[in-house]
Amino acid sequence: MTYSPHTDADRAAMLAVIGVDSVDDLFADIPPSVRASRFDLPPPLTEQEVRAEMMRLAGRNRIPEVSFLGAGAYRRLIPAVVDEVVARAEFATAYTPYQPEVSQGTLQSIYEFQSLICELTAMEVASASHYDGATATAEGALMACRLTGRDRVAVSRAVHPQVRRVLATYCSGPGIQVVEVDADLGEDGTGLTDADAVSRLVDDSVACLIVQQPNMFGNLEPVADLADATHAAGALFVTLVDPVSLAVLEAPGRYGSDIVTAEGQPLGIPLAFGGPYLGIMAARMDAVRQLPGRLVGATRDSAGRRGYVLTLQAREQHIRREKAASNICTNQALCALAATAYLAALGPEGLREAAERSVGQARHLVAALGRAGMATPRFSAPYFSEVAVRVPDGARRHAALVQEGIVAGLVLETEYPELADTLLLSATELTTDVEIERLVHALAGEASAG
Amino acid sequence: MTTLTDRPAPDASGRGAAFQSPRGGETDTVLEPTLFERSHSGRRAVRFPPLSPAAEAAAATQPPIPAAARRSAPPRLPEMSELDLVRHFNRLARLNHAIDIGFYPLGSCTMKYNPKVNEWAARLPGLAGSHPLDPGAMSQGSLELQWLLSALLAEIGGFAAVSLQPAAGAHGELTGMLMTRAYHRSRGEGEQRRVVLVPDSAHGTNPATASMVGFATRTVLSNARGGIDLDALREALGPDTAALMITNPSTLGIFEDQIDEVLEAVHAAGAIAYMDGANLNAIMGRFRAGEAGFDVMHFNLHKTFSTPHGGGGPGAGPVGVSERLAPFLPAPLPRLVAGDPATVLANAWSGRSTPGARFALEEPGSRPSAIGQVRTFGGNFGMHLRAYAYIRANGGAGLREVTDDAVLAANYLRVRLQDAYELPFDRVCKHEVVFSARRQKRDYGVSALDVAKAILDEGIHPPTIYFPLIVEEALMIEPTETESRETLDHFVDVMEAIAARAQEDPQALRQAPRTTPVGRLDEATAARQPDLAWAFSSADGPDADRTTGEASR
Repeated sequence: MTYSPHTDADRAAMLAVIGVDSVDDLFADIPPSVRASRFDLPPPLTEQEVRAEMMRLAGRNRIPEVSFLGAGAYRRLIPAVVDEVVARAEFATAYTPYQPEVSQGTLQSIYEFQSLICELTAMEVASASHYDGATATAEGALMACRLTGRDRVAVSRAVHPQVRRVLATYCSGPGIQVVEVDADLGEDGTGLTDADAVSRLVDDSVACLIVQQPNMFGNLEPVADLADATHAAGALFVTLVDPVSLAVLEAPGRYGSDIVTAEGQPLGIPLAFGGPYLGIMAARMDAVRQLPGRLVGATRDSAGRRGYVLTLQAREQHIRREKAASNICTNQALCALAATAYLAALGPEGLREAAERSVGQARHLVAALGRAGMATPRFSAPYFSEVAVRVPDGARRHAALVQEGIVAGLVLETEYPELADTLLLSATELTTDVEIERLVHALAGEASAG
Repeated sequence: MTTLTDRPAPDASGRGAAFQSPRGGETDTVLEPTLFERSHSGRRAVRFPPLSPAAEAAAATQPPIPAAARRSAPPRLPEMSELDLVRHFNRLARLNHAIDIGFYPLGSCTMKYNPKVNEWAARLPGLAGSHPLDPGAMSQGSLELQWLLSALLAEIGGFAAVSLQPAAGAHGELTGMLMTRAYHRSRGEGEQRRVVLVPDSAHGTNPATASMVGFATRTVLSNARGGIDLDALREALGPDTAALMITNPSTLGIFEDQIDEVLEAVHAAGAIAYMDGANLNAIMGRFRAGEAGFDVMHFNLHKTFSTPHGGGGPGAGPVGVSERLAPFLPAPLPRLVAGDPATVLANAWSGRSTPGARFALEEPGSRPSAIGQVRTFGGNFGMHLRAYAYIRANGGAGLREVTDDAVLAANYLRVRLQDAYELPFDRVCKHEVVFSARRQKRDYGVSALDVAKAILDEGIHPPTIYFPLIVEEALMIEPTETESRETLDHFVDVMEAIAARAQEDPQALRQAPRTTPVGRLDEATAARQPDLAWAFSSADGPDADRTTGEASR
């Protein structure tokens, strides 16, 4: 099955116009020495066969009945209206809005996205999107280096390990040194970025300190203090935030963040085994010339009406080439549209309810586990909606529960060897009382079985 | 309280209704008010259940969020009913051109039809609901799909191995350049090889990518036939060369017919040969970059393999590599850890799962030479599954036909339009053809931009203009294989009519477009006085009423 409209008669007529005998003649410029010697691919499938194959693969996944897994990707309600919007072909099958006269839908929606992100973060300018939260954070670090003229970046160990790995990869390009700032993960630890390590390591050679709020363990960092310590060294404060948490937590622009990044997946984007997600980046207006990624601005058309265009493109690769702020071109526009529709659908009250319900269910979960004698919080710092808990023999129990279709969060020991017997559990607004009961019951069953 | 009237604005061009929006003391004429103008205090679309009394009581036993961490003023998000929201976005949608609306011959972008069955597949709960950190035992379908797609792309490109992690073409380039540097370092030449050669016809992402990896860029000129000037290339190559980045077919739509010599020279100099795979639609089944000797290439799944462009993404930019770069691929790769690969492939091609086969991601750190991770999790899986469905639907024969038809269509337009517009490189093209409006500019003062805007008035998206940079007043046309002969013929009629109009009434073209939702936009003011986010008025405090009336059209 192909999607070609051409009949053999069409092809013959077109070849005649071109003045060649066969389509092979159009490939005569490929030297025989480099022509493909093989192209060993499976035979074509009809739509019903394609469907069967995709159903086969989907069926080989097992979607958990009960899951407390978050750790950078969250199972949240995606209102039906959000998927309806992103499925509109006028959005989904348009290209980058290079011709603004026929792209006002995309352009205005990106302007609205930028506006919503600025409002949520209390920052002044937001880019049109990046690949994901990690690449946005890495680009934020490179931007901090350009802004400060320094070539070292500091990152808390309480930042998601995969984000730190992407940061390290991006920094290895221009040879920027990444300094890891320890977190207090000892037996009676806070589970927060180590303040002493910050004052020791963040000095006048460091372009920025990157922290995550809430951090990898769900804990709330003392962000205002960290911002002050960072600024005292003349460095920039870069915060990686959870956008849903911003309905409840202080906006990063009000505690001294210079660059804010986020993984936008929780804003109406499916888990989809890791992508496509949405990288968010916001900054101060005085840094806009160093901001990577596309920007949409409002202007007027020839009749004086409001309209929108891609703007400040002198930062971008298609104009500046090797002097561009980044090489980014294709980004995640449709995911930004999903986030825009999501934030408009929830509004301030809905977003607050989603965040507060997540916060409440996380506490309910901790209380229920504690009451059953199954688990206790691993750290002393306050947490948001994700929490590290101590579960004796945690890794084995986690594996055993998978058989029952239950994912008891993330085994932290894999990434943090000092955190044996520690599971990272995430609650969202979708977490039900029944799921909490099932987790407690299953862990208890494992305890008596083991 | 401010109110939007439902009275259509005076509209000299007859483009239809518009709204009057009072903003900052002035009244704006807008096609569709922003979400913020449509907001009405207290209105809402989505509610969440409150905590149960039991949950509430249990939660109260735990420490709350400290007051100091709490937000001081709520975000001024729009407050809308679901219907407000649906109408807002549907009205915006109608202001867009899209492939599902009309012809989109945007050169270099491969705007082919995006099959609907792929969208159906992307929404299957078993795939859309798969968490990237779910235990491997629960993710066998996702991992198998990625492993199978990697195998298919390796065969299409003639490569030893593939990583699906990169999220876009430029991200694939970045991955390729990082691997290039890791390769030279592994041979003790990391400090020495600092220069990446890029032809003057290259996409802007190529030099920008080289810079991000700390390489210097040197430009290699094209020859009179639109290919790389071999002498200039040989002169530029040296012990400091890290790589040549080349798009093939080039952005002129021309196959590099001295590719053998180019590759030989690059490898003789100890450099890596990078192929930008943006134009893969032109050569599937005819030329395999890896087999020909390229070390690395990125695939644009959102071009060649029909995943929707989404108004600028998401895309996906997997990279294929030769044996010598394979150790450096980003980690983790999906692996078949139990089962015979040939059996698993044969079974999958006939719609069967292989009993006992097991897939897993590489353990962190298990491949020390890997350049690291370029994205969280495994990449844009939603694009991977669409590309997989597309490749399976076409099969090998279908992909060859895709390429043949894409090249046929481009050559058809090349021949049919060469009287109306100048053809700077008059030779067989591949998937796209580059014309120039130089004659129209010189004789009538009608630029490529004017031609593009006139095309808009015909309900067609214009070609890419002013690119490649080496062609004056460039009009870069890529019809793709999914457009019918009638569509191509109609486009020829339109282009011929515009060429005639340029002669008869050039002023009219300079005033185009006339039938689009808005006229030409003031880009200079947009850049000089950036308005990049909605400015709330002082009345828009958290509790302010930003009422807008629902207007009927």
